[in-house]
Amino acid sequence: MNGSNLFKIALKALNNNKFRTFLTMLGIIIGVASVITMLAIGQGSKKSIQSQISEMGSNMIMIMPGNMERGGVRQGASDMQTLKLEDYKSLVNECKYLAGVSPNVSSSGQFIYGANNYPSSITGVGEDYLKIRQLTVENGETFTQHDIQASAKVCLIGKTIADNLFTGGEDPVGKVIRFNKIPFKVIGVLKSKGYNSMGQDQDAVVLSPYTTIQKRVLAITHIQGLFCSALTEDMTDNATKEITSILRHNHKLKDADEDDFDVRSQKELSTMLSSTTDLMTILLACIAGISLIVGGIGIMNIMYVSVTERTREIGLRMSVGARGIDILSQFLIEAVLISITGGIIGVILGIGTSYGVKFLASWPIFIQPWSVFLSFGVCTITGIFFGWYPAKKAADLDPIEAIRYE
Amino acid sequence: MNKEPIIELNNIKRKFIVGEETVHALRGVSFSIYEGEFVTIMGTSGSGKSTLLNLLGCLDTPTSGEYLLDGVKVREMEKAERAVLRNRKIGFVFQSYNLLPKTTAIENVELPLMYNPGISAAKRREKAIQALIKVGLGDRLQHKSNQMSGGQMQRVAIARALVNDPVIILADEATGNLDTRTSFEILVLFQELHKAGRTIIFVTHNPEIAQFCSRNIILRDGHVVEDRVNEKVLSAKEALDALPIEKE
Repeated sequence: MNGSNLFKIALKALNNNKFRTFLTMLGIIIGVASVITMLAIGQGSKKSIQSQISEMGSNMIMIMPGNMERGGVRQGASDMQTLKLEDYKSLVNECKYLAGVSPNVSSSGQFIYGANNYPSSITGVGEDYLKIRQLTVENGETFTQHDIQASAKVCLIGKTIADNLFTGGEDPVGKVIRFNKIPFKVIGVLKSKGYNSMGQDQDAVVLSPYTTIQKRVLAITHIQGLFCSALTEDMTDNATKEITSILRHNHKLKDADEDDFDVRSQKELSTMLSSTTDLMTILLACIAGISLIVGGIGIMNIMYVSVTERTREIGLRMSVGARGIDILSQFLIEAVLISITGGIIGVILGIGTSYGVKFLASWPIFIQPWSVFLSFGVCTITGIFFGWYPAKKAADLDPIEAIRYE
Repeated sequence: MNKEPIIELNNIKRKFIVGEETVHALRGVSFSIYEGEFVTIMGTSGSGKSTLLNLLGCLDTPTSGEYLLDGVKVREMEKAERAVLRNRKIGFVFQSYNLLPKTTAIENVELPLMYNPGISAAKRREKAIQALIKVGLGDRLQHKSNQMSGGQMQRVAIARALVNDPVIILADEATGNLDTRTSFEILVLFQELHKAGRTIIFVTHNPEIAQFCSRNIILRDGHVVEDRVNEKVLSAKEALDALPIEKE
């Protein structure tokens, strides 16, 4: 029959029983609001962990010289000199899965500027390093290929270093600081990254061309490590394999030999942490989902009582010409209206609660758009599913008995 | 008077199976009702008049026999088809009014038209107002059902029965819940509708009402035992005017 008429009839019936309609809705409201809030909290913690990992560079791969036996004595990794500049060059030239490669050499010591000094380490890196570690130069500029070839005594300093050496609010760019008596000209200041999840200050860094550190500070020809970034996080595994095979070939290792280097990626960490948060999200969503089902049962319960209570009304409607399908539709529309309206209020309440949690408890939250659509869809289905039985019961009433029902 | 009958019953039988017993509610009822008649169907309880009313109202179908309503064979119709037939051709008036609670007079009257998709909202409202004016409630359109007296509620119910221009109005003990004076007022209304050309069937167990109708059918044990035309129809209006004296 006429859909809009049935809609009006259903709306009118709900309006006649505002308080009951609201109580029925309450179950759905709470159900949806909790689904949204729980998902927002779950997704929020997942996002925050992911962003911490990706700040470290989620597709970063570290290559360190590996342990090796020398005459039965295991050697410390830092003493090893297995990684050479040739390895760096072959990775740059041969590796298909890498977006960037940078050698790594470092030395610790005291930095001095004027009357101030600060202990830290100076790291010699290549041009790709900033990209790999997701660092940006806030003030000044980075060193160039020319600086690397010339072993120029230039450096980029982190925020912590800048704050401790340049206490008078001077602009560090262009000034010369000394590291173990070697003067370095500051050409840029890095944008602050704060502390990482392990509590390390990521701003206490000084970067310089690796050639400068090799020749002028350490006087070595090997490199202490390599930092690489895979093209995407998913390609990390392929990149790791490729690096291993290139380096084994370079180092002329036989099949039986152990690697004399160590390739590590952040992927294991990332996978482990996201699977934990995924589990938490699923758990939270399950709890919230149960409350949604309870809300649905509430709808069924009230609708069922309502059908019994309105038996005479149903009988009358049938006697003036409502068909079974009209009655069925009316009650289904009522159930769906309750659940959808409850759903809308629930979504608003859920989003509100999520932000409340964010501001009051400072938990990270993230509202996935799909979680809103999901709970909305689930609501509608809940309405139809739980409204069906009472509606069917109403439609199957015998008009003769219904009209005289006491 | 039109020669085509509005209602034609031909040897209608209706039996119910209750447990192991078979109850014969109607054992072969035949009569025709023509346009413009005002018929009472009377009988004691158990005479089969309720069953007959349900059949006439297309709420039920006979076990055997033929029922033609305005030329349409009802017996073979599906439930949903009968619902549509009721919607277009029949107006019901019940003993207990059966108005929708918390709903205005006008919305109650509009109800049958809500189930007729051919009628627009504006047309529906207009027809409902016309029907309410006809029953003398032109000034109470927006009153809710719980703000009205029994007589007023029954008038709303009559307006609801009129609103779809039915071929027949079926009244089931329509004065049963009302006091004497209000009952007469309602009877006056029915007589006015009858004069205006409506066909009305009034089912009752109250023999008094028969005097005001044009034809009386009496049922007993599932048979028609009497079917006579009332030559001397009393005016309900006069009876109403004479009422204070009757009361003493």
